[in-house]
Amino acid sequence: MLKLKERTMNIFKKTIFSVLLSLLVIGNVNADKIRIGTEGAYPPWNSKDESGKLIGFEIELAYTLCRYIGKQCTVVEQDWDGMIPALIMRKFDAIMAGMSITAERQKAISFSQGYADEVASLAVMKGSSLEGLDTPAGINLTKPNAEAKKALKTITAALAGKTVCVQTATIHQNFLDSGDVGKVNVRTYKTQDEVNLDLASGRCDAALAAAVAFSDYAEKSGKPVVLTGPTFSGGAFGNGVGVGIRKDDTELLKAFNQAINKARKNGDISRIAIKWFGFDASM
Amino acid sequence: MDFDLMASSLPKLLNAAVVTLKLLSVSLIVGLLIGLLFAILRLNKNIFVNQFAYGYSYLFRGTPLLVQIFIIYFGLGQIESLRESFLWVILKEPYWCAIIAFALNTGAYTSEILRSAFQTIKPGVIEAGKSLGIPSKIIFYKIQIPIAIRQSLPAYGNEIILMMKGTSLASTVTLMDLTGVAKYIISTTFKPIEVFIVAGGIYLFMTFIIHNVIKFLEKKYSFNS
Repeated sequence: MLKLKERTMNIFKKTIFSVLLSLLVIGNVNADKIRIGTEGAYPPWNSKDESGKLIGFEIELAYTLCRYIGKQCTVVEQDWDGMIPALIMRKFDAIMAGMSITAERQKAISFSQGYADEVASLAVMKGSSLEGLDTPAGINLTKPNAEAKKALKTITAALAGKTVCVQTATIHQNFLDSGDVGKVNVRTYKTQDEVNLDLASGRCDAALAAAVAFSDYAEKSGKPVVLTGPTFSGGAFGNGVGVGIRKDDTELLKAFNQAINKARKNGDISRIAIKWFGFDASM
Repeated sequence: MDFDLMASSLPKLLNAAVVTLKLLSVSLIVGLLIGLLFAILRLNKNIFVNQFAYGYSYLFRGTPLLVQIFIIYFGLGQIESLRESFLWVILKEPYWCAIIAFALNTGAYTSEILRSAFQTIKPGVIEAGKSLGIPSKIIFYKIQIPIAIRQSLPAYGNEIILMMKGTSLASTVTLMDLTGVAKYIISTTFKPIEVFIVAGGIYLFMTFIIHNVIKFLEKKYSFNS
């Protein structure tokens, strides 16, 4: 009886030892890998297929960039509203989540050069009074010209008293909060999916996000979502989408910048962009 | 630790706590009425009536509050015929959707608390009333309900505290309650620890107040004094 007890103790000890050992080994393997955080809910930038696997422009680009860097990568999922804090707390080493380079974010983290650009747009349901605003096709807000200023005035008048929905902690929220289009009733959501749902249900008079996010939703859901007003770029909308990296991680930043240069030169970014967006969104 | 941020976010968070308290008090009042109604239905001898009441409490106690609030907010919003009906005036607003979800949820728990309180009333008390010739309606309102309320105070105090924390889910349907505003501040400062510590402190303070009010009421209405 005693022997049996001793034997089980031995097995027990061995198991614990091997589990600890394997943890150590896994820890070491992970230290060599670059962990890239993405949201997985912002198609076509990043999303998930039916089986829950991460797919999209940035997932494919992430693995391509890692090949140029010469290191293994894993792409991990993180809710959008905790993305920058999670990077700072070292849950992963880089962000590739359709995150535009803005001055506000640069206070907290560094960005690589931009790898792709997106334009934002307002969207409404077909038949809305906000459809077909009299504005130019696109305006740049970095140094707004007379045409852009006039367009902002038109939008301000149209949106007065309306509810505009955006995803939380985005450039789109920043823009509405900036007061460039007056005082609109801003409603914020955790994901773009929820913004789309409430736009379709009629709780939002309009929504603001990347133009591709709406066209992707309209196509997949068959809902009559239409873009209205100009496309926005510059100013609060930032300067393209880049890889977010911790400020003290200068080596990784350099590695990503070089990898983006190479991938751009070889046409990889354009190729992947055309595959996922239907047009060349690379920069 | 960014103490400046903690200090500057405190007034904004306190303002948001008012929204939280509003949500809490409205849902508790509606929930208490629902709970009392369903507790009485549970004690009804008719099997259809008491099983209906049991079904309600089983459904709302058996599913997460987050799921309930999502079904009421996003789920009902998908039904086109509902969007064209008069109900949409209420269901369009995130505030009312949250109130409906919270009230139905706390109502289910309250009905269970009150039912068990009714059942602990000793039959002798009711018989004493009957032997004095008091009509059974008056026995119910003047004897059974007051005893049941006293009996259920400790459990109901817990329910209030649970509900207070539950209101943080209102932020998932775009309401700017305490949690919603905390998340908003984090979205521009990227410093979750500082902001959540302040928000957590405010929640803790509210729990402290509720806990002591209930304790005071328990003492005041204790049978021994």
